[in-house]
Amino acid sequence: MTLLSTRATAAPPPRARARLRFRKEAFVGWGFVGPFVAVFALVFLAPIGYAIYLSLFQNRLIGGTSFVGLDNYGEALTDPRFWDGLTRVGMFLLVQVPVMLGIALLVALAIDSGRLYGKTFFRVSVFLPYAVPAVVASLIWGFMYGTQFGLVGNINEALGVTLPNPLSPSLALASIGNIVTWEFVGYNMLIFYSALKVVPSSLYEAAAIDGAGEWRVVWSIKLPAIRSAVVIATIFSIIGSFQLFNEPSILQKLAPNAITSDFTPNLYTYSLSFAGQQHNYAATVAIVMGVITAIIAYAVQLRGMRKG
Amino acid sequence: MTTPLTTAAATDAGAPAGPATTPGTGPSTHRAAGRTASARGRRKPPQTPLNPRPSIPLTLVTGLVLVYTLLPLAWLFINATKDQKSLLNSFGLWFAGDVNLWDNIVRTLTYDDGVFVRWLLNTLLYVVVGAGGATVLAVLGGYALAKYDFPGRKAVFAVVIGAVAVPGTALAVPTFLMFSTMGLTNTPWAVIIPSLISPFGLYLMWVFAAEAVPTELLEAARIDGSGEVRTFFTVALPLLMPGTVTVLLFSMVATWNNYFLPLIMIKDPDWYPLTLGLNAWNAQAQTAGGEPVFDLIITGSLLTIVPIVAAFLLLQRYWQSGLAAGSVKE
Repeated sequence: MTLLSTRATAAPPPRARARLRFRKEAFVGWGFVGPFVAVFALVFLAPIGYAIYLSLFQNRLIGGTSFVGLDNYGEALTDPRFWDGLTRVGMFLLVQVPVMLGIALLVALAIDSGRLYGKTFFRVSVFLPYAVPAVVASLIWGFMYGTQFGLVGNINEALGVTLPNPLSPSLALASIGNIVTWEFVGYNMLIFYSALKVVPSSLYEAAAIDGAGEWRVVWSIKLPAIRSAVVIATIFSIIGSFQLFNEPSILQKLAPNAITSDFTPNLYTYSLSFAGQQHNYAATVAIVMGVITAIIAYAVQLRGMRKG
Repeated sequence: MTTPLTTAAATDAGAPAGPATTPGTGPSTHRAAGRTASARGRRKPPQTPLNPRPSIPLTLVTGLVLVYTLLPLAWLFINATKDQKSLLNSFGLWFAGDVNLWDNIVRTLTYDDGVFVRWLLNTLLYVVVGAGGATVLAVLGGYALAKYDFPGRKAVFAVVIGAVAVPGTALAVPTFLMFSTMGLTNTPWAVIIPSLISPFGLYLMWVFAAEAVPTELLEAARIDGSGEVRTFFTVALPLLMPGTVTVLLFSMVATWNNYFLPLIMIKDPDWYPLTLGLNAWNAQAQTAGGEPVFDLIITGSLLTIVPIVAAFLLLQRYWQSGLAAGSVKE
């Protein structure tokens, strides 16, 4: 009845309509979103709460579990093994993320320029590695890096040279950076390309009429238009770098000397927890990492959005 | 492809001095575009920079990236055709004399009582239940966030979006300990339950539902006496289909490729997904005295990526639309 009259009076303000049905909407809305929220609480909120709880306790061989306040945090912040890993992923981030996003951006611009032969082939092929699991990507590259039957070994043999071993301690990080770049360059390219495709063509026509060259169009129209996509890709790449785990974890078997158990903070957390049974301290390191990641991601977002 | 069009584009590109005349024309360009486009329409097709002539140098330079992305996949395929001996002896980027691909596949599938097949079935289970469930939850939740006004709606959204920034691996240790006390570790549930949540999927469905489902249509269905659940299935769901397929694809790839979660949750090789299985073979091959099954690892890797690459190639337009929705909105 109310619904009928609402309709009859032709478009009352949506607010009023919402109030009329508010109770029912609340019920139905929660019904739809409820399952997601329930599972989300179980696998996101509860573990976060549990991790915070764990981080406040210590489990000693003698004396058992005891409340230690923020002691674990003090230990983590002065732990050289933690800082070692953090410095490493920091370096990784400063080099790998700009290289990867730079290549992704250039390829996206090249495809979008319409000046490539076979642009669909380009788009699909560059994106293809995203579908490859990190395990398989690390195994392929790990084998190719191999000085025995890998490509590096082949080249050494064929040319009679000795290339540096990509899995040696000094090069392992760069080799991992290469794998991560390979996996995600196409994903980021597609994000940029999707953003470029929705730039209104009237802008390009106008630029052409004004005699703007192609580089000018890139600089003054395309790059500003995809700014928010670049910011999002940067944030996701930063989060990914801080979480670096899969690739070093798999390569560890191929290069046990180069990739130590504290190579990245996540690897450190993992070995603390599953090899060392130091669950409380592992939870603390995980929280510290989460907070650092969130702060940096948030700072990038603020900075990225302000200029826009 | 008319000649005037392509030459116009070429001269446009060959004139880097052009920009000198453009500064300061920003705001006026919109008006100019509207006017001249319609004026020109009568005489000849518009000379847009949107269909310029393909360039060989640019194709070659971009081709370097193409070589980079395809080379490892080519290496994988080539080496999956070799037996263990030529794997070690022949050049990595070319085929050895005889092709052993079929033989390798058979041996991969039958090695160790067909454990690879078991891992494949486990992976399928995790993908169907985990990714399928994740899609259902994301579609229902995204639809509710976009189309219903209920108390706590903004809070739900803020918390879930905030969760995207939480490093997934930071949750791993506490989740493992929680599941361990619940007796869920070392069971399929330990992999499936965390896979059910995709904050990105929820966000995507929210953006998608807000635009794809007109509120008027839902109103009309309600006036016709359709209940909320029926309205969802008969009116909203068909409109939500493209977004749903996108979320399903992303969840499938995430679940199929998952490594960290099963690594911590599953100790029993009988419940391994393919990724953990390959990792275990690799560990075995690297151990002194372990059987060096490099040919099986390589063939198994190829078999692992074929289904997911096929799914991606067949449904690629959904990837594009999903990424577009995710990147354009704010």
